[in-house]
Amino acid sequence: MRLVGFYIFAAIAALLPVLFPNNYFVTVVGASAGLHVILAVGLNLLIGYTGQISLGHAAFFGMGAYASAIMTTRFGWPGWLAMVAGLLVAGSIAWLFARPILRLRGHYLAMATLGFGIIIHVIMVQAMQWTGGPDGLAGIPPLNLLGWTIEGDEQWYGVIAAAMLLTIWLSLNIVDSRMGRALRAVRGSEFAAQMMGIDTASAKTQVFVISALFAAFAGSLFAHQQAFVSPDSFNLMISVELVTMVVLGGMASTFGAACGAIALTLLHQGLVVFEDYEMLIHGALLMAVMIFMPQGLFVGLSQVARRVWTHFRGRSTQCAESIGK
Amino acid sequence: MKNIRWRTILAASLLLMGSHLASAADPIKVGAFLTVTGPASFLGDPELKTLQMVIEDLNAKGGLLSRKVQLIHYDTGGNAKEAVNFVKRLIKSDAVDIIVGGTTTGDTMAVIPDVEKEGIPFISLAGAVDIVEPVKKWVFKTPHTDRMAAAKIYEDLRKRGLTKVALITGDGGFDKSGREQLLKLAPQYSMVIVADESYGNKDTDMTTQLTKIRGSEAQAIINFGFGQAPAIVTRNIKQLGVTLPLYQSHGVASKAFIDLAGQAAEGVRLPAAALVIAEQLPDADPQKPVLLAYKKNYEAKHGPVSTFGGHAYDGIMIAIEAIQRAGSVDRARVRDEIEKTQGFIGTAGVFNITPEDHMGLALDAFRMVEVRNGGWTIVE
Amino acid sequence: MPEQLFQFLVTGVTVGSLYALVGLGFALIYNASDVVNFAQGEFVMLGAMTAISLVAAGWPLVLAAAVATLLTLLVGLLLERFAIEPAWGASVVATIIITIGAAIFLRGVALLLWGKDFHALPPFSGDTPIHWGSATLLPQSLWVLGGAVLLVTWVHLFLNHTLMGKALLACSFNRAAAQLVGINVKVMLRLAYGLSAGLGAIAGILIAPITFSSYEAGVMLGLKGFSAAIIGGIGNPMGAVAGGLLLGVLEALGAGFISSGYKDAIAFLFVLMVLFFEPTGLFGHKVAERV
Repeated sequence: MRLVGFYIFAAIAALLPVLFPNNYFVTVVGASAGLHVILAVGLNLLIGYTGQISLGHAAFFGMGAYASAIMTTRFGWPGWLAMVAGLLVAGSIAWLFARPILRLRGHYLAMATLGFGIIIHVIMVQAMQWTGGPDGLAGIPPLNLLGWTIEGDEQWYGVIAAAMLLTIWLSLNIVDSRMGRALRAVRGSEFAAQMMGIDTASAKTQVFVISALFAAFAGSLFAHQQAFVSPDSFNLMISVELVTMVVLGGMASTFGAACGAIALTLLHQGLVVFEDYEMLIHGALLMAVMIFMPQGLFVGLSQVARRVWTHFRGRSTQCAESIGK
Repeated sequence: MKNIRWRTILAASLLLMGSHLASAADPIKVGAFLTVTGPASFLGDPELKTLQMVIEDLNAKGGLLSRKVQLIHYDTGGNAKEAVNFVKRLIKSDAVDIIVGGTTTGDTMAVIPDVEKEGIPFISLAGAVDIVEPVKKWVFKTPHTDRMAAAKIYEDLRKRGLTKVALITGDGGFDKSGREQLLKLAPQYSMVIVADESYGNKDTDMTTQLTKIRGSEAQAIINFGFGQAPAIVTRNIKQLGVTLPLYQSHGVASKAFIDLAGQAAEGVRLPAAALVIAEQLPDADPQKPVLLAYKKNYEAKHGPVSTFGGHAYDGIMIAIEAIQRAGSVDRARVRDEIEKTQGFIGTAGVFNITPEDHMGLALDAFRMVEVRNGGWTIVE
Repeated sequence: MPEQLFQFLVTGVTVGSLYALVGLGFALIYNASDVVNFAQGEFVMLGAMTAISLVAAGWPLVLAAAVATLLTLLVGLLLERFAIEPAWGASVVATIIITIGAAIFLRGVALLLWGKDFHALPPFSGDTPIHWGSATLLPQSLWVLGGAVLLVTWVHLFLNHTLMGKALLACSFNRAAAQLVGINVKVMLRLAYGLSAGLGAIAGILIAPITFSSYEAGVMLGLKGFSAAIIGGIGNPMGAVAGGLLLGVLEALGAGFISSGYKDAIAFLFVLMVLFFEPTGLFGHKVAERV
């Protein structure tokens, strides 16, 4: 079942630029959606499968982005090396913070991650010599992978789509692996999991680090795609939006998170035409979806789909019965 | 047989004429990306209203090059990433002919690579000097630079014989780049920075930072920012009983600042576009008629003018005149014409754009003004 | 230096009482429902903006303040009835997202009603600064402090010495047990939201003369209020107040003695330290997890 979903995703991602060539919405919005999917899927591993809320995830996104930006612009490093540096930085910091943070529960954990995110954001704004301050760093050179320089929106769409599929595949594998089962045990009941001999602290740390790595990866891609980074892309609001994507789509579901990411990205692009009314509509929609589909869009929509399908199948069975009489 | 052929030819030529008419009636598209909501909405909102107003009036008078002008605009909310996406949308999806926008320096700098790559004329409404220095082929700007603001303030301080300065700035792009210019220019004007404090733009109390400044050797305080924070700084200064002269930036050259800061604003000086003291200009001043016309027009619909709306006015007017002179919307031709803008009288001053100077304002386009009796007065 | 310290403390306590009031609202709703209401900051903003509009229309201050508070209270009740209650039984996280949606919605409404400008209320008793030793404070700050003390005392008395208040607390301890003894939990929830909204509104009105208000004013205040509630141990209203004061003082001291640019980072670093050593906040109940 899961692989089917993966293939559907891959097919859609591949077909879109073919069906709509040279289309801003496909390439630029699609790239944006793709990055959000990578972020959401990583965050979903943390929130969905371990029940740990993180309101500071944008910080890891930013670490990857700024590592790529600073290393390539100020130190002339090649793009892939800067990306590795970003992954290392994000991963190490996640690992350092994981143990103390993950001892916390519920809202306290949310606060700790929130505080963490704010501290990183303040550094981005204030450490002007390194980060360029509130206006950020511009002129980030294009990313060069194995001799191929990625230029132009179409190429970036392809790269990000590939990266997105990679992360979905990784996430599906993690969920089905031993670690994944350990994580789900933790979510069910941490105490019971410990009784069964699962090292819950280690499992939680690992998933925290993995989700940070996903985010930093997305950050590096983002930096090169936009050729520009600024702290505005990594503040509290963004962290909250990421959590919203995961919950909206459906927690504990890789595809749910992906759907939530895509839905919110499209929503935002679609709502801009409403100008001053955008905020109101955005809030109303968010409330409505969570009230009527509290398990998320993915589950909610698939329930609706199932109901429609059984309704029609029921009808045709009735028809067949009445004919058969 | 003959009839059919004649009819076909007639129909075909009618169709051709019709399609030609249709393309002639195609509107000229002006793209804009502004911060209409968010922390810089104070700037973006009057900019949008001005652009809409000017284009509406233009269309009512017959349009530009016998075509209607259509404004396509997006709100970036102050997020530079949105700016990049919207500019791509304007260029690729909406196929605009020229872009006027980029309220904040962050938004503007973010889109420059795309604008340069696609080759479309772009008139920015943001402040930092980095936008036009070094000169980029397709990028122009209409507001005074932050360097000019710093220079104007230092000039005034020098006239008053003050040399020890305390800076207090916020965490926005405008604040920080202003601060950078103030630091860079200080040696040139023999100014010594004795304190350099910072606050968050959403903060509600700056007495802590000002207490530190009070304890320093400062002879004057410079606060560079916009929005509500400078008003709070101004009030806090009064509250603490600090009597040092206070200089603000052009970011608060508006009635709203005086209203918010109240009595505490008396005596505050700042560099501003002549728009805020339009009535006080001598009648011989070439800017006066332009300013009064814009003011009357804007205030009839929207309330008090803002210098940021004025920058948008300058931007769109320069664009319109350049398109007029070029006789078409060919991007390269329009760009060349913008670069040749000479003696254009705008709200910010008289513009003389050259290939080396894509802004075109001289330092005297800024006027030093002071708050007196709840209003602005020229100080020269 | 010591004179400066005194001013820093005065400033810190003034700003902190603001955070305390907002944090109190968070604590109340959490008490009744285990939900952090992310729209709390917007209640503060609505109270302030409504009062500003009424005063600008010529209403006397006291009447404007009372009506603004009542209207915001109504908004809180409506929010509970139409956004929270229909989602009865949804997970805590889902409910939090609903409150986030509500916050955005309210901000959008405020944007349409009041535009993007900043507005101020005239100070209640003038703005001649009061000198206290080497520090000065505005008369309005005394209103804020006094108001905070009054409201906190009232809440404390309400929660611990009235039947309704005790019923509200009972819901937080054990909802099922509360229902068993005949407490209508739904009504209690509505009460909590209404009360928090009203409290937030009063807080907003008290601080509007100092800090100005705009459609976005709720965001930062909500954040700081939430932090205050957490530091103090969420669920403990008095803890929220202590947390708010502590946060305000820390910000002022950090800005004064270390670096004004990094003051928010310093404040949150402190919050993190508190959480690492006291995972349930300074005054929170020690949570015993049931197996």
